Amino acid sequence: MTLLSVDALDVHYGQLQAIRDLSLTVEAGQVVAMIGANGAGKSTLLRALAGSNHPSGGTITFAGVDITRVPAHRRVTSGIALVPEGRRLFRSLTVEENLLTGAYRKRPGPWTLERVYEMFPWMGDRRRQSSAQLSGGEQQSVAIGRALMSNPELILIDELSLGLAPVIVRRIYGVLPTIVEQGTAALIVEQDVSQALRVADHVHCLLEGRSVLDGAPDELSTEQIEHAYFGIAHPSAHETPRGD
Amino acid sequence: MSLTDTLTSRAAKAASVRRSTRSTRVGGGVLTLVVLILAVLPFAVFSSVTDSLVNLFILIALASMWNLLAGFAGLVSVGQQAYFGLGAYAVLVFAEQGVQAYLAIILAAITAAVFAVPTSWLAFRLRGDYFAIGTWVIAEVYRLVTTRIDRLGGASGKSLTTLSDIDPVTRGALNYWVALVVAVASVVACYLLLRSRLGLALMAVRDEETAANAVGINVPRAKRWVYLISAAGCGAAGGVLLVTSLSVNPNAVYSVQWSAYMIFIVVIGGIGYIEGPLLGAVIFFALQQALADYGTTYLILLGLCGIAVALFAPRGLWGMIADRTRISLFPVGYNLAAPAGSDEPSTGEDQTR
Amino acid sequence: MDWFNAVIQGLLLGGLYALFATGLSIMFGVMRVVNLAHGDLAVVASFLALSMVNATNAPLWVAVVITTPLFAVLGYLTQRILLQRSLRVGPMSTLVVTFGLSIVIQNVLLKIYSADTRTLGGGGFATGSFHLTNDIAIPYLSLATFVLAVVVIVAIQLFLSRTGLGRMLRASSDDPDTATLVGADSRHVYGIATAIAFGTVALAGIMMAMRSSFDPATGPSRLLFAFEAVVIGGLGSLWGTLLGGMVLGLTQSVGAQIDPALTILLGHLVFLAVLAFRPQGLLPGRTA
Repeated sequence: MTLLSVDALDVHYGQLQAIRDLSLTVEAGQVVAMIGANGAGKSTLLRALAGSNHPSGGTITFAGVDITRVPAHRRVTSGIALVPEGRRLFRSLTVEENLLTGAYRKRPGPWTLERVYEMFPWMGDRRRQSSAQLSGGEQQSVAIGRALMSNPELILIDELSLGLAPVIVRRIYGVLPTIVEQGTAALIVEQDVSQALRVADHVHCLLEGRSVLDGAPDELSTEQIEHAYFGIAHPSAHETPRGD
Repeated sequence: MSLTDTLTSRAAKAASVRRSTRSTRVGGGVLTLVVLILAVLPFAVFSSVTDSLVNLFILIALASMWNLLAGFAGLVSVGQQAYFGLGAYAVLVFAEQGVQAYLAIILAAITAAVFAVPTSWLAFRLRGDYFAIGTWVIAEVYRLVTTRIDRLGGASGKSLTTLSDIDPVTRGALNYWVALVVAVASVVACYLLLRSRLGLALMAVRDEETAANAVGINVPRAKRWVYLISAAGCGAAGGVLLVTSLSVNPNAVYSVQWSAYMIFIVVIGGIGYIEGPLLGAVIFFALQQALADYGTTYLILLGLCGIAVALFAPRGLWGMIADRTRISLFPVGYNLAAPAGSDEPSTGEDQTR
Repeated sequence: MDWFNAVIQGLLLGGLYALFATGLSIMFGVMRVVNLAHGDLAVVASFLALSMVNATNAPLWVAVVITTPLFAVLGYLTQRILLQRSLRVGPMSTLVVTFGLSIVIQNVLLKIYSADTRTLGGGGFATGSFHLTNDIAIPYLSLATFVLAVVVIVAIQLFLSRTGLGRMLRASSDDPDTATLVGADSRHVYGIATAIAFGTVALAGIMMAMRSSFDPATGPSRLLFAFEAVVIGGLGSLWGTLLGGMVLGLTQSVGAQIDPALTILLGHLVFLAVLAFRPQGLLPGRTA
């Protein structure tokens, strides 16, 4: 079943067109990854899907309903949750309070405080701590927990690995299967291509706001991805080995 | 448009830049003519007309100074009445020391600027809305301290007696001319200031503070200069009030009502345009005269107009006129003589925050 | 013993200032708006209560029970209709809009009620006091106002920390953009903040009217007291606001003991001193 379908989306960021004529679909329970260089439009896409940026053209359909013009707070009710770039926890709230903000819209579903604490055992012990005292990786986990508390059908994760040590990143990605098991689909933006290929069922490569390549990770060759990533028209010109 | 956008678009188009346009030169001529006509008015009309025009001139001076502060330096003060009152008292004190009262207005302006230096140290610790209300508290301190000084007449105020030897007709005309000079000087000062290096810095700050910092503009210094100049202008206006009314009362002269006048005149007229306070002051003055028999109704209307403009036309009436006609009487921005077909607005005045 | 009395009176007066400043603190905390009509709204509540009592002869508590929720509703509507739009236009716009409201309110009150100074009779309760010792008397009204202020602050704190909506107010204060992404409708959240502000200011306005006289032009000076309490206490903390109110009340009361004409000036000077030497306030807070 198609959960999210984006059709011919255009998003402008000031004078700049950040997303051009982009189409993609996310099936229920699927993990889709967006890769691409800085400024390729990945974060803009997620923010447009979450309702923070308003598209200038195209449609976004979620669970069969056109949500292109629906404001951000109502998209949470429909079942979309964003883990924003840079975590963006509420600094004056405790860990538990941050998680509870996610449950504000009271969507029914499997995720509760207890389940989140089960997934991240350290969190329960430190639930009364101010979120400002957490390390980057801990903050990222709380941000994911907060998004799950709304029991989303689709979780959007923006630059999870930004500024985190690789071992921490791998540990946090380790919970993704648990999340998907509960029936939640994930659309992730990831700068680390090998990480993205490892966790995703389907990958899109964005270049200057367009999807220039997409497919299942095992269908795509390293060369194809590199060329899409750097926008190289003539494959032999710049061979820069990268990734796995 | 942000500073960086502006710079890039300038560079990209390699357009020739000029300040004056045809409308500017025509407008400049008309304004000069208006000032000349106003200058000879005491010979032509009854003194009741010139007496009430004095109030208009005071409002123009005050509003221009507030516009400089808020519209160009982004310092939204609700406390400029501090310098207005200070100016009035300064003229009183200097006149008692033997200085000719009309000439003492210049000293009043300087006094206000001098007091503004330590005041700014305190006020500049506050940002945004807190600056607004903090300056208001400071103005209240000026008022309360004044009421405690017996030599200044305490809470009941004091009269200026040194002008009594000039006959009333001559004095009326002199008052009128002095008020006109202060009003014209305020507007011209704004114009020259904004065309100077400091003005360029200010507009860069208004458009994008971080970028302005980055390109080496000393933002706090630029703001402080504007604050001092604005204080001087308000001080001169306060001096004019004293020589025309011949007495000063601390509760009236330090009243926050003056801030209300300044703010609503500028907002309605068009903040960030030199023309804005002129237009706003004329509208306010007309409203005040037309509703003179209905008590404070004009203030209710003024408040409602201010709210409506702030919500629906944040660039004010002059902003609407400028958008439609592209007229600029005081070109403080730069007009790009852009390549044919391009429609680039004047960059100095295209955004009000 | 006069001095001791002045201290007690001043601290209790601080409760009234805190009650009065709570709304200002909340609106600034959540929306970054300083409502320049805050003092005038209190005066409107005073006049409204006066009219109600005069017209119906009802006891004053009835006026309180009607006025407070009425103001809360009014606050919600003001936010949705006026302030929301001005927030979109920019910070200068909210300042001009609230200042415009202040001017309009003052002059409309002037037209309805004239410039006469009024007081709100609270009966024996408002004038009576009990004696701790022979020399130290504590007025019922001051004590009740102080207790009321503490109760209101505790209630608001409970709302902010224990309810989903309260958490959203704090979350919006931290990061409005992200609050929207977890499901906060900022217009509603801001509406609730403004409703609390208007409700508390109505309560404070009526308490204040029993204590001291008022006229249509009293609002601005009250706004400054509230603002000073907020800044002295430290932004973003209601307990800080209570402390700030008490410092201000104490200063004014002790100042009045030295010379009645010093009452307000000394309060302003303490405020400026805090600004100069401890701009973050005495008790800088973490929540709205």
